[in-house]
Amino acid sequence: MSDVLAAPGGVLYGTRFERNAATRESAWFKWVAITVALAFFALFLLLPLVTVFVEAFRKGIDTYLTALSEPEAWSAIRLTLLTAAIAVPANLIFGVAAAWCITKFEFPGKQLLITFIDLPFSVSPVIAGLIYVLLFGAQGWLGPWLAEHDIKIIFAVPGIVLATIFVTFPFIARELIPVMQAQGREEEEAAIVLGASGWQTFWHVTLPNIKWGLLYGVILCNARAMGEFGAVSVVSGHIRGQTNTMPLHVEILYNEYNFAAAFAVASLLALLALVTLAIKSWVERKAALRHIG
Amino acid sequence: MLNRIAKVSLFAAALAAAGGTWAQKSVELLNVSYDPTRELYQEFNPEFARYWKEKTGQSVTINQSHGGSGKQARGVIEGLQADVVTLALAYDIDEIGALSGKIPDNWQQRLPHNSAPYTSTIVFLVRKGNPKRITDWDDLVKPGISVITPNPKTSGGARWNYLAAWGYALKHNDGNQTAAQEFVGKLFRNVAVLDSGARGSTNTFVQRGVGDVLLAWENEAFLAVNELGPESFEIVVPSLSILAEPPVTVVDGVVSKRGTAEVAQAYLEYLYSPAGQRIAAKNYYRPRTPEHADPEDSARFPDLELFTIDEVFGGWQKAQQEHFGDGGFFDQIYEVR
Repeated sequence: MSDVLAAPGGVLYGTRFERNAATRESAWFKWVAITVALAFFALFLLLPLVTVFVEAFRKGIDTYLTALSEPEAWSAIRLTLLTAAIAVPANLIFGVAAAWCITKFEFPGKQLLITFIDLPFSVSPVIAGLIYVLLFGAQGWLGPWLAEHDIKIIFAVPGIVLATIFVTFPFIARELIPVMQAQGREEEEAAIVLGASGWQTFWHVTLPNIKWGLLYGVILCNARAMGEFGAVSVVSGHIRGQTNTMPLHVEILYNEYNFAAAFAVASLLALLALVTLAIKSWVERKAALRHIG
Repeated sequence: MLNRIAKVSLFAAALAAAGGTWAQKSVELLNVSYDPTRELYQEFNPEFARYWKEKTGQSVTINQSHGGSGKQARGVIEGLQADVVTLALAYDIDEIGALSGKIPDNWQQRLPHNSAPYTSTIVFLVRKGNPKRITDWDDLVKPGISVITPNPKTSGGARWNYLAAWGYALKHNDGNQTAAQEFVGKLFRNVAVLDSGARGSTNTFVQRGVGDVLLAWENEAFLAVNELGPESFEIVVPSLSILAEPPVTVVDGVVSKRGTAEVAQAYLEYLYSPAGQRIAAKNYYRPRTPEHADPEDSARFPDLELFTIDEVFGGWQKAQQEHFGDGGFFDQIYEVR
């Protein structure tokens, strides 16, 4: 999918599309469409992003730096990165395995598995959090056993990681399934016939084919893992300096009339997202160049 | 994955157990509180830590968790390891005791003044110059007045708001319940936004500029005026309001397990000390012993007639059942809407 966009032939294709009378739009329509799209983009995406940074620096760079060097802000940043560092690889392994199973094999219960992968998308994050409270909370199913063994899940880091894994569960699998379906099984079959082992087939045939879909899935998964609010809010317990992730910390600061600090942390969160996007485009471009070479 | 997390948790638990030998040197407390006490405990905690270090040589770190009172109580019931709870109303602490068994029934007798080291009341916050001329509860039920209050189902402060209005209506209708219900019903029909917590409502009124009047904790109203500009808001004190007693208690089930009973108890007792009372008054809570507050802090609290929940509603348990339980007066009022 992203190959198509990044493919070197893309420009040519677009021009040919426009030259052809059958597919050409009138000029006014073209400009109206472009204006509407750009205006929409500016109003709903660019403006809020700019606001975050303007508000963050409203009281000057000193306030900004102080807000970010607070121990509580640091702890929120660390917790957010830690959560993403566990949730993304976990879902990466699961996503590849699930997509592999679903697209390469026939087995009973396949449809059910696909439906279950989508579950976190269709369930509100608040419910996702509550599920874990019902399971692991002191009054929950496993609560008494956990309390007996002094294992803390809810209102501690494991609960936050679990809730994040739940809400980011579908991103990678969902991204891979269509790519692998389009790819079909022929190449793998050929590899096996030529004597490749299962692992070799995966490493040298499947993985190169799916890497763009995989990368895109990882980026989306990571963005959501760092930004998740609802589910994490339910299981966090909001203990400052311990179980507050960056989004939760932003809310706390905002509620304490500490607007500059709230937006400072928010801008950092936005920055992390922008960095992720930059990495994505950089890798894409690099891949496209290699494609030509 | 689950397995791995369980292992990590076990490892953490083992670390914590190994750290137990250090307990004499330093200790951590978790104070689970409601929304508007953030600034109060931000100032009180270091003061207590200093006092405790001086007295025992032990360093204490106090962690804070804030949120709507009912939500916070729910958290403790579900296993949030609070050494002490400092919530908006006694009913929420009763609930923790009843559902988790971690607090004994007689908790409210364990500390002086019904276990409420400071009090507050409900006042009105209006826009500068009071353009809608709101002076008392009667003005809130007039057509065209937009009122902001949090939801009594989830917010402790909102329950105090509601009961204050009810108490006022009872007094002005010779104790007639039906008239009171009608009055409070009218008031809630004027509510424009029903947030889930007190701080959310304050932000709706102050930041988003919605509504003509905010029903708020006195301390929250003072804070909003001082933090966000005396040039934009002013406080209106009604003729009659409710004495809000936000109570505090040690969570026995947690401190006995963590071995923090002594420091937790001292923490709460210190709220009653001259230093604690001075900090409470400074953060706009009415001190129990006003002589310990700075005179200029005490001077900020206007005199007004206050009734208690025990006098008018027969205590929190009864009020909760009649007014905020399923099918209670609040549900009836809200259905009519």
